Amino acid sequence: MSITLRLAWRNIWRHPRRTLLTSSAIAFAAAILVFMVTLQRSSYDKMIDFTLRVYHGHLQVQPKGYLDKPQIRNTIPDARALASHIRRLSGSASLSVRAMGFALASSKERSYGVQVLGVETENESHVSTIPGLVRKGRFLSSDDAQEAIIGYLLARNLKLNVGEELTLLGTGRDGSVAATVVPVVGIFESGSADLDRQLVQLPLGAFQDVFSMGNHGHTIVVVGESLEHLEELQRAVRSGLPPESSLVVLNWEALLPGLKQAIQMDWVSGWFLYASLIIIVSFSILNTFLMSVLERTREFGIMLALGARPGRIGVLVIVEAVWLALLGLAVGVVIGTATVIYFHIYGFSYPGMEELAAHYNMPAVIHLALSPLSLTLGPAVILLVTCAAALYPALRIRLLKPADAMKAV
Amino acid sequence: MEQNVICRGLSKTYQQDAIIVQALSGIDLDVPKGDFVCLSGPSGSGKTTLLNLVGGLDAPTGGEITVAGQRVDLMSQAQLATMRLMHLGFVFQAYNLIPVLTARENVEFVMQLQGMDRKERRARARAILEDVGLEGLENRRPAQLSGGQQQRVAVARAMVSGPSLVLADEPTANLDSRNGEMLLELMRKMNEGRGVTFIIATHEQLVMDHARRLIRLHDGRIVSDELQR
Ligand SMILES: Nc1ncnc2c1ncn2[C@@H]1O[C@H](COP(=O)(O)OP(=O)(O)OP(=O)(O)O)[C@@H](O)[C@H]1O
Ligand SMILES: [Mg+2]
Repeated sequence: MSITLRLAWRNIWRHPRRTLLTSSAIAFAAAILVFMVTLQRSSYDKMIDFTLRVYHGHLQVQPKGYLDKPQIRNTIPDARALASHIRRLSGSASLSVRAMGFALASSKERSYGVQVLGVETENESHVSTIPGLVRKGRFLSSDDAQEAIIGYLLARNLKLNVGEELTLLGTGRDGSVAATVVPVVGIFESGSADLDRQLVQLPLGAFQDVFSMGNHGHTIVVVGESLEHLEELQRAVRSGLPPESSLVVLNWEALLPGLKQAIQMDWVSGWFLYASLIIIVSFSILNTFLMSVLERTREFGIMLALGARPGRIGVLVIVEAVWLALLGLAVGVVIGTATVIYFHIYGFSYPGMEELAAHYNMPAVIHLALSPLSLTLGPAVILLVTCAAALYPALRIRLLKPADAMKAV
Repeated sequence: MEQNVICRGLSKTYQQDAIIVQALSGIDLDVPKGDFVCLSGPSGSGKTTLLNLVGGLDAPTGGEITVAGQRVDLMSQAQLATMRLMHLGFVFQAYNLIPVLTARENVEFVMQLQGMDRKERRARARAILEDVGLEGLENRRPAQLSGGQQQRVAVARAMVSGPSLVLADEPTANLDSRNGEMLLELMRKMNEGRGVTFIIATHEQLVMDHARRLIRLHDGRIVSDELQR
């Protein structure tokens, strides 16, 4: 072991109690960061997955330009055949064809502009939670049934109940008038106010009839087993597209850019909290090191007299800080990781989350992910901050004049 | 004879707020190689100040100092550090040693700074500790050694780098007369055996008796300079 490492290690044990207190503070901060960062990042994966499974799916095949300007004329021809072709290529992923148009929805009393979605009745429940969130009545029965389900806010606005009739008036693919009157068979509550206020779902066959779509659709929604292998899935789906087609495969970040932003915001605001914890710890380290440097002034004077460069003594102080940090981090990471492993196995649930989760078909417990990044990110930041905190006392040694230092007691 | 230390018109003033202290004024001094000099004088006469200037631990406010042919007063901090490391040895009054290092490690520390390899360090440390009569105590820390033993480790450490000049500031002040005597004999032995120059500041008669040359300071000036043997 090099002399500096050894000297530094022995120096931190000159005041065992001080060392234990300071490294406990570091350990405490490290354990909290390991747990909090892991929890935060695990929640994001859950949150993204849950949000996407409501409606958007992990991926969508769309005609080029459809995302920005969803025109009814811009379609996927023979969409069901394409979907079955892709299904064969993409393993265990679920696919469902949708078609979409805009219409004026009217009850006896009122009218609202709505988004009308044609869905494959047997496939939609694999890519969206809405079929399972029908609160009143039932989901659509078959692809050619003349019936609709609507969001609960829309139902409230239109003063419509299950069994009553809904009139839809829009424009078909060929520019003709698309009009139909269908009974509402179900009312859903998706948890997204936008969807609950403006979404009407029809069976795909019925939609294609009313909106003169033939066998065309607008999107094929794809949901994989998890978000982890999304890129592979995206490649597989892309390989199933007809060669010269103008279709594109969009991932959730393109479909729902707000979600990514919301997560980044939350991540940053989380770090504001962590930063204050780290700052408090770093002040305790700074204090420890200012004290330990001050009380060793004479000793440093002797080292200088022997011919040691101030820089070398500065390095010694930094190495002491690293030892102290490693000591605390080792304990903190072990405790933090043990906690994470516990909640990885038994699951963590926020107080009060069960009820909310049950309401929206959401998993109530989060099984923390064992991610190396989550486990090391916080401790790495603490290590950096510790070194930074020791930097000031270390640099002050440069100001030390050997003759004055020798006079100190 | 070749001079090891040459001071010309050396002066040092300290200024603290409005008070100006003339610690040294117009010191002219030549110390030839291999000399064994005792600096004496009452408290505050400037002994420590002179040693510090010669050792490059402090900068003079006037005059010139040459040590081993090099102008110490013109050196940068880094050059001074190298100078001390390669050419000088220091022994102070007490608490000379790095408390967390053993006797052997304290001695090796200097050689480590010099970049000497481990094997040679070990061999030299063992030899010098034997020379100062500390065999068997190499692995003790300073707190486990008596005051006299600690000072002998300090002498061993000062000698081990092969300096041409050793500066000692009241090395015996914390020792009883028997231990003081032993330490001085040790330094004499190093002086005679290895031809190393010693300058020792003290106000103890014991040390003065051992010196070859006795210089008396008063109010920052040399008032007498005589050969004793
Ligand atoms: N850092 C300083 N600031 C101001 N004055 C100082 C400083 N160091 C020394 N002096 C003054 O310089 C003069 C010489 O001091 P020095 O320490 O050299 O004396 P000394 O001969 O070693 O005394 P002693 O025998 O007590 O050790 C004294 O008057 C002292 O007060
Ligand atoms: Mg003195």
